[in-house]
Amino acid sequence: MTDWNPGKVVDRYPDVPYEEKQRLFLEIKEDPRYEDYLYGCYECGICVSACPSARFYDYSPRVIAQAMAREDVDRIYEILIEDIWNCAQCFSCVRCPRHNNPGGLVTLIREVAVRNGIQETRDVLQGYSRVIYKVMLKGNQVSPDMLQPDFFPDWGPWVREFSENMQVWRQAIPVDTLRGVTDAAWRTDDKTLRELYTIWFETGNIEIIQEVDEGLYELLVDVMEEELEEWEEEV
Amino acid sequence: MATANFVPVEEILAKKSQPVRRDPTTAPTHDLREALFELEAKGELIVQRVPEPYIEVTTKFGRTKKIPVEHTWHHKSCGQCGHIPGYSTSVFWLHRQFGLDYVDPTDQTSCTGWNYYASATSNAAAQLAVMCRNFAAAYETGYYPLIHCGTSYGHYKEAREELIHHKALRDEVRRILDKLGKPLVVPEEIVHYSEWVHAMRHRIAERQIVDLSSLTACVHPACHYYKIVAEDAIYDPDIYGGQRTATVTGLLETLGIHVADYSTWFDCCGFGFRHVLVQRDFTRSFAVLRKIEVMKNEVDPDLVVTHDTGCVTTLDKSQFAAKAHQRQVGVPVLSDAQVAALAMGAHPFRVLQLHWHSTDWRPMLEKLGIDWQRHWEEFEADLDAIRRGEKAGLTWEDADTPIAVAA
Ligand code: SF4
Ligand code: SF4
Repeated sequence: MTDWNPGKVVDRYPDVPYEEKQRLFLEIKEDPRYEDYLYGCYECGICVSACPSARFYDYSPRVIAQAMAREDVDRIYEILIEDIWNCAQCFSCVRCPRHNNPGGLVTLIREVAVRNGIQETRDVLQGYSRVIYKVMLKGNQVSPDMLQPDFFPDWGPWVREFSENMQVWRQAIPVDTLRGVTDAAWRTDDKTLRELYTIWFETGNIEIIQEVDEGLYELLVDVMEEELEEWEEEV
Repeated sequence: MATANFVPVEEILAKKSQPVRRDPTTAPTHDLREALFELEAKGELIVQRVPEPYIEVTTKFGRTKKIPVEHTWHHKSCGQCGHIPGYSTSVFWLHRQFGLDYVDPTDQTSCTGWNYYASATSNAAAQLAVMCRNFAAAYETGYYPLIHCGTSYGHYKEAREELIHHKALRDEVRRILDKLGKPLVVPEEIVHYSEWVHAMRHRIAERQIVDLSSLTACVHPACHYYKIVAEDAIYDPDIYGGQRTATVTGLLETLGIHVADYSTWFDCCGFGFRHVLVQRDFTRSFAVLRKIEVMKNEVDPDLVVTHDTGCVTTLDKSQFAAKAHQRQVGVPVLSDAQVAALAMGAHPFRVLQLHWHSTDWRPMLEKLGIDWQRHWEEFEADLDAIRRGEKAGLTWEDADTPIAVAA
């Protein structure tokens, strides 16, 4: 029973200095939304009973709310490294009688993990880069050409049938903005995308990408800067 | 055993069956619109008013919400348009059937909320700026935003709260919009297309030509529709006694479909934003074990109806792999917009685009007496004409006319 550690009371990351853990915690706490998301915790577990990830993983929104309310810096660091990417962001937990938003707390912790280029977070997001590429450049999360049999084998033979017919199926949609478009969800104006790129630069969003994937960052900056320069010349 | 003090189950059930009538003056949350109008009076932002004609509905705590009937700017959903295009096509088709005025913009990006919930590779200012850029684009056309995606709807409701509560964020967003030459505009109401479908359900029923009374459906209410900023979702004392959102169920009942209850109605679908893309073991398991299989075992429905992008995708596409494990699956999944269009005789492939759905929808159409084989042949002929270069693509001219239905 010596390894049995349900409450994870032992510091699992003793090599990481306390000051570093505290710095990350304070960065989470500084977010203006923090006080909207946490009002203390009754330990009632209502959030856990509603949480899909708690059914599937060793994961608990109650523990997150508790650790944050107690400002348990070591425990919050463990959550940041091990737990946050399990959350399904469904916000079923907002039925919390204390009006907490544990899923929202997860969002804030995730942002800090990403901004600080935490290695475990970089690892988790590795397979996800092509989606970031699409959303940053096209303003759409998904597009028909992402539905490839290699990526969605578990969706069955439908994916193969689709990818063989993608072009003609897209032509056969009566909505003008969708018809024939395969590399985005709909047809978007160049001006709109340039405005979107301006937002990514102005809000520091692009630097966030640098923290998770340097190569992707450089690629995105190249394409977006070229587009914006062209726009300036046109204007 | 001391049971004397327990409240009998019958008493609890009787209490729960009482319709909940709520008074907006005692609502536990503030009416955000008041704060919006105050900010407008101070010259901080413009509030875009819901255009007339509109239909009034009640929300969770009894507040009245205005749902515009037309003059709407369709804020499309990337997951719908990209992977289930019959969803968005049905929304537009319904508008066209009623001759309503709308704009389908190309000056629109997605909310990018799916990415934010999946990877957090963004920040609050960027998310607010993306939202406000879209709102400004709608305002410039004079049309009112109608949000197709449940994720965008929930995300925008939350972002609107942040914009109202945090001046620093507001100032930052205004600075960026200034740079883009756009005004800071927030709509008076954030309206989801399913609220429009709900508000229009009686008009839809008036035009119903397909009898749907043989169908039993389970409803999956979308988390980001009614759990995020819960007070903004539609509730009706006549539907579930006002204890669950009325959206979707209200439509189905009006169209004569039997809505069957199941025990895990509150559970999410398993989408998970990142999970559905890169960690689908969770998505598949949850969608099947906590939703589809529970529905199958408890009520064996003919279809599942929901009102968000991720839910349709997850509940539909997750069923294939589960079949290999002999799980109880095989229920087609449609959006409320597709069901409304089906009721009014929309073509199963030109409009509903059912060939993009992977769980077998054929038994459901057969039960309704719809000869899907014939309609598929018509659609195949369209595809062949496109392949041969005789047709550039389908147009509304090909899709507007409802199918002929046997009396
Ligand atoms: S948002 Fe995350 S923590 Fe909350 S219920 Fe959903 S999965 Fe659980
Ligand atoms: S529901 Fe709220 S109060 Fe109860 S355990 Fe969860 S966070 Fe704490």
